[in-house]
Amino acid sequence: MKILVPVKRVVDFNVKVRVKADGTGVDLANVKMAMNPFDEIAVEEAVRLREGGLASEVIAVSCGVTAAQDTLRTAMAVGADRAVLVETDAELQPLAVAKLLRAVAEREGVQLVVLGKQAIDDDANQTGQMLSALLGWPQATFASKVVVGDNKVTVTREIDGGLETIELSLPAVVTVDLRLNEPRFASLPNIMKAKKKPLDTLKAEELGVDVAPRLKTLSVAEPPKRAGGVILANVAELVSRLRDEAKVI
Amino acid sequence: MSILVIAEHDNQHIKSATLNAVTAAKQIGGDIDIVVLGGDCAAAAAEAAKIDGVARVRVIDAAHYKDQLAENAAIILAQMAGTYTHVLVAATAFGKNLGPRVAALLDVAQVSDIVAVKSPDTFVRPIYAGNALATVQSSDPVKLVTVRTAAFDAAPTGGGSAVVENAPQGPDLGVSKLVSRELAVSARPELGNARVVVSGGRALGSADAFHAVVEPLADKLGAAIGASRAAVDAGYVPNDAQVGQTGKAVAPELYIAIGISGAIQHLAGMTESKVIVAINKDPDAPIFQVANYGLVGDLFELVPQLTASL
Ligand SMILES: Cc1cc2nc3c(=O)[nH]c(=O)nc-3n(C[C@H](O)[C@H](O)[C@H](O)COP(=O)(O)OP(=O)(O)OC[C@H]3O[C@@H](n4cnc5c(N)ncnc54)[C@H](O)[C@@H]3O)c2cc1C
Ligand SMILES: Nc1ncnc2c1ncn2[C@@H]1O[C@H](COP(=O)(O)O)[C@@H](O)[C@H]1O
Repeated sequence: MKILVPVKRVVDFNVKVRVKADGTGVDLANVKMAMNPFDEIAVEEAVRLREGGLASEVIAVSCGVTAAQDTLRTAMAVGADRAVLVETDAELQPLAVAKLLRAVAEREGVQLVVLGKQAIDDDANQTGQMLSALLGWPQATFASKVVVGDNKVTVTREIDGGLETIELSLPAVVTVDLRLNEPRFASLPNIMKAKKKPLDTLKAEELGVDVAPRLKTLSVAEPPKRAGGVILANVAELVSRLRDEAKVI
Repeated sequence: MSILVIAEHDNQHIKSATLNAVTAAKQIGGDIDIVVLGGDCAAAAAEAAKIDGVARVRVIDAAHYKDQLAENAAIILAQMAGTYTHVLVAATAFGKNLGPRVAALLDVAQVSDIVAVKSPDTFVRPIYAGNALATVQSSDPVKLVTVRTAAFDAAPTGGGSAVVENAPQGPDLGVSKLVSRELAVSARPELGNARVVVSGGRALGSADAFHAVVEPLADKLGAAIGASRAAVDAGYVPNDAQVGQTGKAVAPELYIAIGISGAIQHLAGMTESKVIVAINKDPDAPIFQVANYGLVGDLFELVPQLTASL
């Protein structure tokens, strides 16, 4: 069984982004970029399945600019066998990404796609579900446990109120949540080895997908700032403020 | 405009998040229908009919919808959705799972997690962990929107008298099945719509300490319990207590953050709260920048004192 793991190049999670003065977007010039943290968890899970003999190959794929090659090298440094870059300078929205990923999944003949549940830049939480719909495959979102069996995968999902376990027939799509695993770090020798692993590049147009954005961003603004608060001397003062000033208790 | 709201329910009762989605629908304007898809879900449908402002309840009732798994649900909802200008669902685990699948079947974008309606085709949504608010316009024939519950009041219920009618069923694809659900029963209010939320962080140090320190305060205040990712990862509380960018967004009247540093990912889920209290021993902790009231000191002393004085 081959596993496809889509990985997105995003702003590093430690960066506090700033809105551009002209309100057209956020300022990404000279900002540290990294693999979307959820995708690190997805790669780790796929690699563990291969190490456990449940998968034959792990293919990382990224859609976007040339620099996304770095993200793919990172995926290979932690164990992905090879990588595909679907290269485009166009703005990609989740539906377009899902269509590109469908094309790659079909070309590669994969049985399982493991994605992050959410990209921490657009915070969309859509791509895996959309991909699954387009492929006509079942989906398990927000996975905290994945068990691959004979022609099926059993997934425990984080839902409101607790956990749910579902069983999907393969092929299937799984999106991962934070508690699924703890991703390993890439060792120096593995980073070196990753440089020699195959990385193929396709142009988005070659896949015959219309990637034109459906949503137009009219403006991007800073969220309203909260007025500065006060540090209080003791609990008694807090209680009286909450009671008499804020009137919330 | 004609709007279809997808109800979240357990076949018996409508989940309150649905009411927040209805309010967003009212702000868009137009006729509002609710679809209740389930198995033996007549009780939930009857409840939906009482929500103010709903014209029609459309019921899709069959055994293969009982567990509301996404595959069977999306295919019939996408069919139903084609005649509407908007499809709304709450941005809960349920809505996040289902919405994009319906959108893709309709070949439309989804506008995720809106916090405001600007016009019938233009919405505001947070991006980059809430560090920016994007105003986006959709040109798709059907606007599929998920609604951040904390940003919209619950629609009143009890006054409505919508028509309840059956709608056609779709196929049972047989590609997924529910094995088990472990839902915690709690007497506390739901985190998503509680008036008061008491959240604990890594500083609690253990599940026992979390129970011993945070819970009595929450009990006194009738509060829901929240947590930082660190506290959830460490197993002090269940996963669905996580507040933040990748957990729940809450906007209670009062939010008390105990031993939480205030990472941007946490702030993304709670800065819309009306009053924020932070208790932290580090005076430079970023949580104090968003708190109305701060106490600097050891939580193991301050929180029991606070509980005792309420
Ligand atoms: C992809 C991704 C998604 C994430 N999503 C979320 C999310 O949704 N929600 C979320 O919360 N986080 C999220 N995080 C994690 C986030 O970055 C922080 O790591 C996390 O919020 C820190 O939790 P904390 O504040 O409990 O712990 P810490 O940052 O370790 O803070 C503990 C605080 O407790 C204080 N303290 C220690 N001892 C005491 C004491 N005795 N008395 C009083 N104060 C004390 C310390 O001064 C410190 O400020 C995410 C991270 C990533 C990478
Ligand atoms: N441009 C992209 N290239 C590869 N994978 C992507 C891309 N965009 C999104 N994904 C995948 O889809 C997941 C969810 O993203 P989103 O729906 O944008 O929140 C991510 O965690 C990735 O696994």
